[in-house]
Amino acid sequence: MEFQGFERPNDLVGIRNTVLVMAVADCSEPAARMIAAGIEGAIPVTQHYGCIAMDIAPTLVGVAKNPNVAGILLVAMGCEGMQPEPLVEEISKAGKPVDVVNIQKIGGTRKAISRGQEIVKGMVDQAKKQRRKPFDVSRLVVGVKCGGSDTTSGLASNTAIGAMSDMLVDAGAAVVMIEPIEAIGAEEPLAARAVNERVKQQILKWVGNEEKRWTVPGAEMDFMCRGNVEGGLTTLEEKSLGAVHKGGHRAIKGVLKNQEDYLETVPPGGGFYLQDGTHMEPMAMSSMAAAGVHIVVFATGRGGVFGHAVCPMIKVTGNPDTWSKMSEDIDVNASTIMESKESIESVGKRIFDEVVAVASGKVTLGEQLGFYNFSVWRRDPRIEVLLGLK
Amino acid sequence: MKRAIMMDPKDNVATALVAFVVGDKVEVVSSAQEVLQQVTIKDAIPLGHKIALANIAKDALVIKYGETIGKASRNISAGDYVHIHNVVSIRLPLTEHMLHSK
Repeated sequence: MEFQGFERPNDLVGIRNTVLVMAVADCSEPAARMIAAGIEGAIPVTQHYGCIAMDIAPTLVGVAKNPNVAGILLVAMGCEGMQPEPLVEEISKAGKPVDVVNIQKIGGTRKAISRGQEIVKGMVDQAKKQRRKPFDVSRLVVGVKCGGSDTTSGLASNTAIGAMSDMLVDAGAAVVMIEPIEAIGAEEPLAARAVNERVKQQILKWVGNEEKRWTVPGAEMDFMCRGNVEGGLTTLEEKSLGAVHKGGHRAIKGVLKNQEDYLETVPPGGGFYLQDGTHMEPMAMSSMAAAGVHIVVFATGRGGVFGHAVCPMIKVTGNPDTWSKMSEDIDVNASTIMESKESIESVGKRIFDEVVAVASGKVTLGEQLGFYNFSVWRRDPRIEVLLGLK
Repeated sequence: MKRAIMMDPKDNVATALVAFVVGDKVEVVSSAQEVLQQVTIKDAIPLGHKIALANIAKDALVIKYGETIGKASRNISAGDYVHIHNVVSIRLPLTEHMLHSK
């Protein structure tokens, strides 16, 4: 099976042709927003950790290198600790157009906006000349995520997405699941899927470290709550198995590193991967985007409404009420499983078909609404040291 | 007819796809929606809660998704409501704090 994608340098394929206008830090965010304003195809993004948070540079670089991005303009104020030039050097390895506007050097915001718009318009015009070409489905990299979960998530949306994950892996594509916190209680079945002993140990550490971060004495978090029990979840194992179900059943080839000095991209060749990171949706999607994910498939019971600047998001609900109330936000209806009208496999196939359609240019409902969320996850290096996780 | 879903052939519980009341005759279906058996409901079961498909002896494993979700804290009979009153987590037992946190 094929999809229609954009050819990129370094033997990569993109499914969108976005020009990113990236403020290196939020000081230059207004200028970046003004540069992108009114230019169709240009999306402004920034991060909010200040300009000396060098440990998020791997995420910014990874997002810029994502093959859905056709070109990148970095907008710097000028005096940042995180200077744009080293970022440009890394990003340019992707072989795509990349440029910088430095507000202090150029002589102020208005000049920066004028020059920035000139550059971005040039990149957009160049991107528009590209035509989609057929590529095998095995070239796709798909992220799976859930949020706003309810009783139906572990029965319908996550299970159907799990069926889709297996179909994608069987077709030679790659699937990535993040959010180790969701796996606490389901680590054994996940570890049993490891391709070898090394990966098995990676998975146990991936979950074990996350458990330590959330169980610091005096600041513990409950992994189960009253709402879970009222919804029918009896144990942490049941809750976590329902969550990780969206990752299907295929062998796990590795846990992708996501750390202050290195963000590992999804290797070519397909298969199922876990990724280190957070469960918080927009940040998790930025981590996945930085690893090379093209599309995120998102299970939601109550109806999550957001998107991502770089990865189109396909939303799936298993809740019949959410589907009937929020069908302008939710792309795929999995509530037919709850209504006992359709098999999990059949819904999984519909989601698979939606992934191929969106990869070929079908605009998701979130994209129609103009949802281009972007936020970056930062792991506090001090906590890692204090907990002995480094 | 109302239905409960058995997520995996190895499971010894099924999950209610709608709320059941006492006396309901319920079909248990597979993930492919094939009817596997009929059960008469003995307790009110809310949507998303579970019933036993077999007798589960105290300390025996409770299986859903083909995996262990906990163990029986007392003898459970086929058709019984299965929840925190008769199943405990092996990984992390519920605490009062969890039951009161939102």
